[in-house]
Amino acid sequence: MEGLLAMFSDPAYWESLSRVIPEALYETLYMVIVSTILAYVLGVPMGVLLVITSEGHIIPNPWVERILGTIINIFRSIPFIILLVALIPFTTMLVGTSIGTTAAIVPLVVSAAPFVARLVESSLREVSSGVIEAALSMGASPWQIIYKVLLPEAKSPLILGIAITTINIIAYTAMAGAVGGGGLGDVAIQYGYNRYRTDMMIITVLILVVIVQLIQWIGTTLAKKLSHR
Amino acid sequence: MIYIKNLSKVFKTPKGPFTALDNIDLHIPKGAVYGIIGLSGAGKSTLIRCMNMLEKPTSGEILINGQNMTQLSGVALRKTRQKIGMIFQHFNLLESRTVAGNIAFPLEIADWPKHKIAERIQQLLPVVGLEDKANSYPAQLSGGQKQRVGIARALATNPSVLLCDEATSALDPQTTESILELLREINEKFNLTIVIITHEMKVIKEICTDVAVIDQAQIVEHGPIESVFINPQSNIAKDFIASVFPNKLSPQLLCELAQHSNSQIVTVNFLGSVASEPIISDLIQQYGITVNILHGNIDRLRSTLFGTLTLELQGNTESISQAHEYLKSRNLKVEVIK
Repeated sequence: MEGLLAMFSDPAYWESLSRVIPEALYETLYMVIVSTILAYVLGVPMGVLLVITSEGHIIPNPWVERILGTIINIFRSIPFIILLVALIPFTTMLVGTSIGTTAAIVPLVVSAAPFVARLVESSLREVSSGVIEAALSMGASPWQIIYKVLLPEAKSPLILGIAITTINIIAYTAMAGAVGGGGLGDVAIQYGYNRYRTDMMIITVLILVVIVQLIQWIGTTLAKKLSHR
Repeated sequence: MIYIKNLSKVFKTPKGPFTALDNIDLHIPKGAVYGIIGLSGAGKSTLIRCMNMLEKPTSGEILINGQNMTQLSGVALRKTRQKIGMIFQHFNLLESRTVAGNIAFPLEIADWPKHKIAERIQQLLPVVGLEDKANSYPAQLSGGQKQRVGIARALATNPSVLLCDEATSALDPQTTESILELLREINEKFNLTIVIITHEMKVIKEICTDVAVIDQAQIVEHGPIESVFINPQSNIAKDFIASVFPNKLSPQLLCELAQHSNSQIVTVNFLGSVASEPIISDLIQQYGITVNILHGNIDRLRSTLFGTLTLELQGNTESISQAHEYLKSRNLKVEVIK
């Protein structure tokens, strides 16, 4: 106990923390935010396509639905750590290097996008067929049905999905440390696990806990506020 | 206005083809409130959904304002649909939009400019009596109010036809009445043609000018409601009429009446001003027969009166047949029950 007190009252200790933690926090946020955005850029169109091409929907097309569904399933079944390694050549081609924070975003997106596609799909399926039919009866085009009916009507579940995805990506960024991605997870492993710095581990984990709580809280609150049911 | 010619719809099911509509022919004149009544599964919903091509007919034609719906697709179909309003049993409102937003929806689809949309919303809210609800969400409204939003939304683009698919079936009797009253007002005020699908004869009786009875994928009877009510041909039409104008005598009463000699039981259907004439006292005074009223019912049939009377006529055969002649001369429909 006295040892701990001595450590916490030592300015050098805090200085060493301030050299590591803010940068790691920045790296984590950078990876998480960029990956989430890109995962949605890719995932939303896939999710929409899965829904509208399904039987009885606005543009039924069993082949598109089946092929896209299979591709999504394949990507979702590959463990992230394997994807991370397998994608190294692709990442190098895309961003010029396979090491570093930006490089880590590539496997994060590739892994999260199919997940987002499924989340978006299940959210859009909650929109009642009656509402879609009403829009059709008014002469709405498929495109108008997508952006004026499906997406706005599914706002709440979509936002909850964003919270789930973001939190998932945070967990994955810890693994991205393995390819030199940096971030809080990396600090926890490098300092806490490899150098027996339990305090570092606890601090980074605590920060992660706070971030996750915050995202979930924002998601839940926003979803509730936007739901007019 | 609307012509339906040889319309058929066959659904493919795992158990084989199912005929939902079998060679339907129907003419719906402009300004009519045309009721199509049938039991569930009779094909009436399929019929109305074919009218705006939500369901593609297997064969036949549908002409609305001279436009052959079955030959339209893509943009042309969408443009035509913008001129056909539709309301639904479960309202089908957008839950993420306010009342005003829901009314704006078909106008956005039709590419109206923003200020015109706002103007149109202000015109429509009083028509459906929702002036104070513009900013409410559907979840905050009652069923009747939701259907009023549905009606305002359907009227927004000034359609020439309003299709109502079981529009009152999810509402309680009182609310049903107020929605029917609203539809009737709209029909009269805007001379809008209304097509109503229902399984409730009450709806037909309240507001329809014409009725078609659909049974097992076919139209079994159709015409102006007065003629169908006074002289129904099919058993199913008779059953539907009996559901709003019950005239069945109890078996116990029939048993007792069977003991009487020199008596005949008849049902008399009458319409309009005859209802206020002293028919029965004429029968008694002029033909010297005894008239015993077993059952009677008078109610509104859209804008006229319609009634049924079940009478026991007692007297000799000759005076009873004279009584029949008299009733027929007054344009009453007489049916001998026993």
